[in-house]
Amino acid sequence: MHMADALLSPTVGGAFWAATGATTAYAARRLRKDINEKLVPLMGVLGAFVFAAQMINFTIPGTGSSGHIGGGMLLAILLGPHAAFLVIASVLTVQSLFFADGGLLALGSNIWNLGFYPAYIVYPLIYRSIVRDNPTARRVAIGAILSVVVALQLGAFSVVLQTRLSGISELPFRSFLLLMLPVHLVIGLAEGVITAGVVNYLRSIQPELLSSRPSSGRSLRKVIIAVSVMAVITGGLLSWFASVNPDGLEWSIQRIYGEPEIQSKENPVTEKLQAIQEKTAILPDYSLPSEGSEETDSGEAWPNPDPGTSISGLVGGFMVLLVVVIFGLGLRRLSGNGNRE
Amino acid sequence: MEIGSNFLNIGYLDSLSYRASPVHRIDPRIKTIVTIVYVVTVVSFPRYEVSGLLPFFIYPVFLISVGNIPPGFVLRKLLLVSPFVVMVGMFNPIFDRTPMLELYGVEISGGWVSFTSILLKFVLTISTALLLIATTSFTGICEGLGRMGVPQVFVVQLLFLYRYLFVLVEEALRMVRARDARSSGKRGKGVRVFIHLVGVLLVRTIQRAERIYAAMLSRGYTGRMPLRRTHRIGMKELIFLSSWILLFLVMRRYNLSLYLGILLGQDGMR
Repeated sequence: MHMADALLSPTVGGAFWAATGATTAYAARRLRKDINEKLVPLMGVLGAFVFAAQMINFTIPGTGSSGHIGGGMLLAILLGPHAAFLVIASVLTVQSLFFADGGLLALGSNIWNLGFYPAYIVYPLIYRSIVRDNPTARRVAIGAILSVVVALQLGAFSVVLQTRLSGISELPFRSFLLLMLPVHLVIGLAEGVITAGVVNYLRSIQPELLSSRPSSGRSLRKVIIAVSVMAVITGGLLSWFASVNPDGLEWSIQRIYGEPEIQSKENPVTEKLQAIQEKTAILPDYSLPSEGSEETDSGEAWPNPDPGTSISGLVGGFMVLLVVVIFGLGLRRLSGNGNRE
Repeated sequence: MEIGSNFLNIGYLDSLSYRASPVHRIDPRIKTIVTIVYVVTVVSFPRYEVSGLLPFFIYPVFLISVGNIPPGFVLRKLLLVSPFVVMVGMFNPIFDRTPMLELYGVEISGGWVSFTSILLKFVLTISTALLLIATTSFTGICEGLGRMGVPQVFVVQLLFLYRYLFVLVEEALRMVRARDARSSGKRGKGVRVFIHLVGVLLVRTIQRAERIYAAMLSRGYTGRMPLRRTHRIGMKELIFLSSWILLFLVMRRYNLSLYLGILLGQDGMR
């Protein structure tokens, strides 16, 4: 499931972009260090393979609908964490540009959700510790199914968390979680069975492809375990807040980002309070310059959507759209006449 | 076969990106930066904002008109990817029922306003991302990314993926056609055959990678991928960059729709 621009706040989108960017740089550095030049074309072609495999559909037993695979875990098993992360990132980049899946701001979050978890958490912690160094059919099957399920659950949880932290959607944290996790459990099981089947097929005809696995350093493993333990604790804490007290999550968001969730629509008193709170927040000017302007806005009369201004806003907005369309048609005409700019 | 037509769309987008127009000629780096600033600005609006977002249609409309892109194509793509956003957004009117404004007697709740805002943001951000690729060749974007400091490995990865995307997708479609021809009715379309097809495709892909590597070595590959520089940043680029960003900031700060509405006499200010 792809995260979308329209549901993200710039802060959350930017934070996940930063995390994804850092991971990409790390993966690239690791690859350059122990580069196997043969890997370069293999990675590229495997990225294209993911798209090609999605063209093959199959009927899901019992239902009439058809499914196809995502392939993140398969890449991790074939390529190891660093190369797999880069391949997944490239696949998602092409998807966001050509299929309009998610959008550009959400791309960072999507790479994180679908790339970081399978490559850096699930692969070393679950798949490797189940399969170890002797990939028997049973170990591969159990390992693959379990890791795909866990990776998708982590990804789905992450989508819910990002949506909630952004505060654009009204969907309560728990209901959204209850909506997403079971759906992705089913998808994960199906994809897990397929991944296990494909890896075992490969094992039966070209076993050397699976044995020449890039070695993962011990130290890396420790770092990963530490990070994932931290992630689990943070995630657990956040969901605990969400379940004990519905405002708990919002409270913690406000603490973390120094920004109340709802920006307008309140009465003047709470607005004043918010303005004071914004001034006294821990990180008063964390935000992007474009958002900073909104802070000063709150003192003025314009942006508060009370009925009166909203109607003029709507009428004006309609006129603006009209002007924009006329502008576009005019431009098209101009360039149609061979006129440049 | 909706996935297959999705693939055909990539080819179509690719062909659009090689058209010649003033926007197509702008350096990819500039267009990428302007697009990112645009997306962040649009998304930074508070969640009940509707009228302030409308002026932002100017940028996609500009790209469609000057870049000579068929608007129907962009709309179809938007519809195709809308389900997730619509599904999540639909909950806003359900959970947020506080009345917010009254339009000629009809009361509208905050949830509907924020849902409209989500849809507007969706249309604006996604259409702009699509238009970026429709007016810029993918290789151009990769070249731009490389020159903006994205790691070489990743840029090469993107180029490779794109180069072999069409080859492998065609191979997969041939396999699907062969399977469908042999499986009359439902038989043969199950998971078992599917796994074997994917497995065969994977083995062929890996073998192809080995052939490609041999071909690269025989052409003098040393581990570096030279990229041709096809664009440079000139006066036109700087004007494009600064004027659009300036306009975005102005539209973010001042609600142009509101001003126009007041100007037209719809003065609802208490």
